[in-house]
Amino acid sequence: MSQIQNSNTADTVPMEDDTMAVSVRELTRNFGKFTAVDRVSFSVQKGEIFGFLGANGAGKTTTIRMLCGLLLPTSGQASIAGFNVYTEAEQIKMHIGYMSQRFSLYEDLTVRENIQFYGGVYGLSRKQIKEKTRELLDYLNLWDQANKLTADLPLGWKQRMALSTTLLHDPQIIFLDEPTSGVDPVSRRNFWLLIYKLAARGKTVFVTTHYMDEAEYCNRLSIMRFGKIVEIGPPGELKAKYHARTMQDVFMNIEHREER
Amino acid sequence: MDPLEIRNLKKSYGSVPAVKGVSFNLRKGEILGLIGPDGAGKTTIIRSVVSLLLADEGEILYMGKNIRDNPTYIRSRIGYMPQRFSLYPDLTVEENLDFFGDLFQVPKQKQKQRKEELYAFSHLGPFKKRRAADLSGGMKQKLALSCMLIHQPDVLILDEPTFGVDPVSRHEFWEILKTQSRRQGTSILVTTAYMDEAGQCDRVGLMFAGRILALDQPQELEKQFTDPLYVLHCPQPHEVFEQIYHDDSLYVANLFGEGVHITLPRERTEEQLRNYLQEKRLTITKIERIKPSLEDVFLKLMHG
Ligand SMILES: Nc1ncnc2c1ncn2[C@@H]1O[C@H](COP(=O)(O)OP(=O)(O)OP(=O)(O)O)[C@@H](O)[C@H]1O
Ligand SMILES: [Mg+2]
Repeated sequence: MSQIQNSNTADTVPMEDDTMAVSVRELTRNFGKFTAVDRVSFSVQKGEIFGFLGANGAGKTTTIRMLCGLLLPTSGQASIAGFNVYTEAEQIKMHIGYMSQRFSLYEDLTVRENIQFYGGVYGLSRKQIKEKTRELLDYLNLWDQANKLTADLPLGWKQRMALSTTLLHDPQIIFLDEPTSGVDPVSRRNFWLLIYKLAARGKTVFVTTHYMDEAEYCNRLSIMRFGKIVEIGPPGELKAKYHARTMQDVFMNIEHREER
Repeated sequence: MDPLEIRNLKKSYGSVPAVKGVSFNLRKGEILGLIGPDGAGKTTIIRSVVSLLLADEGEILYMGKNIRDNPTYIRSRIGYMPQRFSLYPDLTVEENLDFFGDLFQVPKQKQKQRKEELYAFSHLGPFKKRRAADLSGGMKQKLALSCMLIHQPDVLILDEPTFGVDPVSRHEFWEILKTQSRRQGTSILVTTAYMDEAGQCDRVGLMFAGRILALDQPQELEKQFTDPLYVLHCPQPHEVFEQIYHDDSLYVANLFGEGVHITLPRERTEEQLRNYLQEKRLTITKIERIKPSLEDVFLKLMHG
């Protein structure tokens, strides 16, 4: 966990280090005159659960979309699973899973059909899709719901379902953008146990959340504010630094700082 | 008179019962929160109250009048925020606010003042001129909330208003709700997945499988949790959790941010707990007796 980077030490980010799942240097994205992501630098180790925090509009989703090869950066560098976001977006998509903020499922398909559909998207063969469907329904405990219309599922199930479609092609790195928003306390906890299971299998998990108790479940956190990363480190270190008992206190403390 | 009275509400979708006989009153000036797992029936209740859904049985009275007799009346009198509220994506932040202000016939002067109050909570002031389509997820949600709060009806009905909203804005949003209920006597019915928000309500209804299991002040609900509760502070809470949650005949464990919460059945002593943890060779930095929160109450109820 010593690879903590911030913009001051950006020059030393090891871009080709193969213990890194994500390496980002001076990454920037403008929309017209507005800078949504402002020269952020950090890296995420393989197998890490990396929490990406920040107030609404801080730039989390914009960063994730760049890392997933869905949005071109204005400047800076990023390599994901060793691939370059400018030139190797297609390879990136095959090596990562992305669950977007308002996850997209086809509501008029059943759970099973959704998995099959996304299997097709990722170019799996019929046989692979069949095997994967069985494996995922097991893993996510979704058998009872397999033939129900997605629209009729409670949110907690939809969210599991969305996760399962992002895991279809067995990606190494998984980006989860607010996977638990609006989800009840029990389902939230179950979802986090799934995240731990993924990490235990060596997957890298990059996750955003507005639940500060979930922030404490991460190995390392970054906090974004107005497009910049203002803090990065393990939850314990951040709490110590701010003399705070909880991450909620750390977050409130940072957000109430006056300067921009 | 209580602004809303719900009597023995029942609703099924096909053969699946969603709400199985629910009764409660929303009192004048109170904030009443409904919490419960996904699919417990919260949204069905809300949609029935605003007469978007026709209940199978039971009655809903708004100001003493049955809403069945005049379904559009209630919709014109209350502020309702559905789970997924749509803004006009091509209008700017400010144009959206103005649009809804005019729609709800709020006088221009009042609109202006209200907009400032709402910008203070939403932090959207600097982005007035941005198209709604270009906002972040949480900013959209805050704009939607602001559009609904621009008028100040006597009754507000909010289905998961803080979906995706950050902790600072959630806090400020709840201040607005509280001010409105205290100063103007607005009655507010709200659903939420955040237990800290539920704790700020005057009364909370805990829903499960189509029924309200308990409806009371948050402090009273917390008192229903009578077994001793401890937090195990530890460097790797989820590892400790995974080691002990199988033994829920002995202890009930739940994962929290600060550590693992563990409930001792009355007949067990703290010493037995310490021995048990030692046997398991778990690294625990501190064991502390704590007061149960609403989240503990919720989890206990869900575990049956
Ligand atoms: N297409 C766009 N045009 C202009 N501004 C944009 C566009 N997309 C995003 N932005 C702006 O970039 C900023 C960062 O947005 P982003 O979605 O990354 O935030 P976020 O941290 O994910 O917030 P949230 O917690 O609300 O999801 C916001 O101010 C947003 O309005
Ligand atoms: Mg976002």
